[in-house]
Amino acid sequence: MSRARADEEEYWHSSKFRAFTFDDEDDELSQLKESKRAVNSLRDIVDDDDDDLERVSWSGEPVGSISWSIKETASSSTSSLESRDSSLQKGSSSYAAFPKQVSSYSLSSLFKGFLCVTQFCLSLSALSDTGVKNYAPELRRPKAEYKDYNNDWSPKDTVRRMQRGKVCSLERFRSLQDKLVLLDEAVAGHDGNIITAVLIFLKRTLRREILFRELEVRQVALCHLIHFLKETGEQKLLLDLLRFLDRTEEVALSQYREHLNIQDVEKRREFLKGCIGLPFSAEDTSHIQDHYTLLERQIIIEANDQHLETAGQSEIFRKYPRKASILNMPLVTTLFYSCFYHYTEAEGTFSSPTNLKKTFKIPDKQYVLTALAARAKLRAWDDVDALFTTKNWLGYTKKKAPIGFHRVVEILQRNSAPVQVLQEYVRLVEDVETRLNLATKYKCHDVVIETYRDLKDRIQLTAYKCKVERGSAEEEKINSILSNTVRN
Amino acid sequence: QEHEVEKMFTLKPGRLPQADVKNIIFFVRPKLELMDIITDNVLREDRGRSPQRDFHILFVPRRSLLCEQWLKEQGVLGSFIHREQYSLDLIPFDGDLLSMESESAFKECYLESDQTSLYHAAKGLMTLQALYGTIPQIFGKGECARHVANMMIRMKREFPGSQNSIFPVFDTLLLLDRNVDLLTPLATQLTYEGLIDEIYGIQNTYVKLPPEKFAPKKQGEGGKDLPTEPKKLQLNSAEELYAEIRDKNFNAVGSVLSKKAKIISAAFEERHHAKTVGEIKQFVSQLPHMQAARSSLANHTSIAELIKDITTSEDFFDNLTVEQEFMSGIDTDKVNNYIEDCIAQKHPLIKILRLVCLQSVCNSGLKQKVLDHYKREILQTYGYEHILTLNNLEKAGLLKPQTSGRNNYPTIRKTLRLWMDDVNEQNPNDISYVYSGYAPLSVRLAQLLARPGWRSIEEVLKMLPGPHFEERQQLPTGLQKKRQHGENRVTLVFFLGGVTYAEIAALRFLSQMEDGGTEYVIATTKLINGTSWIKSLMEKLEPAPF
Repeated sequence: MSRARADEEEYWHSSKFRAFTFDDEDDELSQLKESKRAVNSLRDIVDDDDDDLERVSWSGEPVGSISWSIKETASSSTSSLESRDSSLQKGSSSYAAFPKQVSSYSLSSLFKGFLCVTQFCLSLSALSDTGVKNYAPELRRPKAEYKDYNNDWSPKDTVRRMQRGKVCSLERFRSLQDKLVLLDEAVAGHDGNIITAVLIFLKRTLRREILFRELEVRQVALCHLIHFLKETGEQKLLLDLLRFLDRTEEVALSQYREHLNIQDVEKRREFLKGCIGLPFSAEDTSHIQDHYTLLERQIIIEANDQHLETAGQSEIFRKYPRKASILNMPLVTTLFYSCFYHYTEAEGTFSSPTNLKKTFKIPDKQYVLTALAARAKLRAWDDVDALFTTKNWLGYTKKKAPIGFHRVVEILQRNSAPVQVLQEYVRLVEDVETRLNLATKYKCHDVVIETYRDLKDRIQLTAYKCKVERGSAEEEKINSILSNTVRN
Repeated sequence: QEHEVEKMFTLKPGRLPQADVKNIIFFVRPKLELMDIITDNVLREDRGRSPQRDFHILFVPRRSLLCEQWLKEQGVLGSFIHREQYSLDLIPFDGDLLSMESESAFKECYLESDQTSLYHAAKGLMTLQALYGTIPQIFGKGECARHVANMMIRMKREFPGSQNSIFPVFDTLLLLDRNVDLLTPLATQLTYEGLIDEIYGIQNTYVKLPPEKFAPKKQGEGGKDLPTEPKKLQLNSAEELYAEIRDKNFNAVGSVLSKKAKIISAAFEERHHAKTVGEIKQFVSQLPHMQAARSSLANHTSIAELIKDITTSEDFFDNLTVEQEFMSGIDTDKVNNYIEDCIAQKHPLIKILRLVCLQSVCNSGLKQKVLDHYKREILQTYGYEHILTLNNLEKAGLLKPQTSGRNNYPTIRKTLRLWMDDVNEQNPNDISYVYSGYAPLSVRLAQLLARPGWRSIEEVLKMLPGPHFEERQQLPTGLQKKRQHGENRVTLVFFLGGVTYAEIAALRFLSQMEDGGTEYVIATTKLINGTSWIKSLMEKLEPAPF
């Protein structure tokens, strides 16, 4: 203990400062007196240990006297300073101070330090669900048990004592009635720590059906148990509980969540297959179905492509080796992958983009964007061109894009498309302002010049002359337009 | 506690200073993930150490029986000689700001219905009252606020002796649920401090910045260590310059900085005029202060430059435009093009979620068709497993279908004047400057409570979730305040579920208003921004490292 203290004092760079202490809550004072009495009465029973402190805490009584101090003077450090005064008789108390900050008003500095030293946690045995394990604090158990039959706290007192971090065995509460009163008291206290402790006790000592039934009418406690089961990963009990409560959607989601813990893809796929039948909302069901189908596809594609890659036969895989496996990637990433490696495949194959588009009902916009990005990355400008070309029944071709050509230009530019390709699409941008902006930004001189010509904007056109290279074809073009328009 | 986790990681490999460390104290939040790390540490440390080490564990703010049970199951509980608690409920962050730093508070309250953090909040408030006197008036809005008030009253009843004789510092306590105002944290904060937080994330008053802009000060250092480590700076009002600019709209920061630069260089120039020894002495005595001011100015100029790079980017502008459209009620009922584009370009998921949630909140829920569309796009682009996250957001009320068929937001917006078209960013006259147009709903509620009182907005209060209430705590006659004319009232505003820096700035602005009549002190469960907040609600998709 003293070693610990010395060390802590070092740790906190304890500093000397003036401090005045406020009175504790009266209640705590009376508790302290009570504690003293208890200690005195215990003295002959409990073996003498090294110091007073230990003894006090062994009794399970409060040993922390609280003292607060406020420091109103400025200090150089802004981190909280804390020191423990070991000379204080009743256990350890903490002083704390917070340096005053420069601020608009002065009720600023405040800090609260409170250190309560209790050595037992709530009767450890009550928490154990799995039987006895051998570990040191178990040795102290007899004393805790001694405490048990010495005191006969009401449920209310028990909860209150637990809130102050004192030892309380719950084993005394044998009847269902008692247990439920205890639970209700804990809930009324709003301290999740205690509620959970009581719930663990109930979970261990009550039959499942009874526990579930009683919790159904105690919503707060119920939420705590659900949270607790989630945290500790007691999936089975959790699902049973949710099923009992008829919270089917939650059951479904909670079960679905499990798939994240499955590393092996085959197992994961199997698991997801099992999830499809779960009672999700209608909308979610289709997503889960898609999730399963996607993973199933990915497994097939992965096996196939891995083979192709190692065989070294396929040119595309040799030129652009895969950076990562496609397993567990999102749908859009998978589509990109398929547009990259399997663009020309017929719709019948699982890995073809059109097949993916159809199976997952990918909207046109999404599809075009993804395909464009993939083909542009490969610099397959013909494919890009084909993506936006539509033929009408007269056989005329027309350029159309579901995403707006300014977006097309951006994507192409990001993939460093040559100016010739770029300007073709800049030209297609409908809004004149945007077109001019893009053309200027990406130096598509022809488009700029043509646009100004169409706008009959001589001033801008003349001004643009200084932006093009001297003696270039573009400059000539500007000159010829400028001289032409005179005649018009 | 992040700080502590860092320390634990350095503990793990066992390269601690050797002999002098006999005791190892784990100072932790009661969380199971942290328990796992500790378990690992203890198990690794124990082996083959000649001087046996003693382990201790301190839980902040409470010992958790659940955690201890967990440690026990891992078989390491016995390694700890002391298991104690350090009941630190409210941590002071600044002169007028207290935080519980419990980032999961919102999630616990609204997703898991776990009210433990509220219990701690009530405890913290009791402590505060023990120090600063009983707060005579308690107002509140929201389910959690009601709970906290109930607990406070109950605690007071249960400890009848706790009536203290301290003259009350606070006149009013205002408890506000975060879910009364889900909108504000989703919007991008536009104060200087808010933007630092949005872009770099302020952790416990510290911020880590990219080092490039912070050139080494001395010539000699330049060669040997190129700045690769992020620059770490502490931010609080102790720094004179920061205190002045932190709460300003970012657009007003530049002019302050350049003004300061002129003053400082003028001050340095003065050395040429110093003729006599006395004058030189005086000049030298001022040097440390001037140097501190200069380095502070240099730092903030660098930060402002970094931020400016981002705020002037096209994407930031587009994002902000969409946010402002939503908040002023434009086109909130259809699929937004910009959001779609962002999804297509795979912008960070959190950004998408922030925008979609913002739209949902500004429309009192989205039309089923719109919601389904967003959901599908998000799942297809980012992965189906995010269905869990979307579900959480729905549960928290951030993302939902419009059920009532009625959009209440326009009424709320108009009554509370949440959208102001004429904002003065340089010399603000209204709190809406912190979001360049949008006045945070939460702060408006505080403002209206002070004057003219909530009775004037009963209708709107009913539209917002949760009950609103008023409680009085009797004071002994001797302690009742007789207010001097012109003396300010002091209100403690407690945000249950988190508060943003912009909201704090808005409250500070109200405190400083000449005719305001009310000063504010702020307390919260956690300092948040839209990103950290949404993150806390997302399902953890990576399995735990252990």
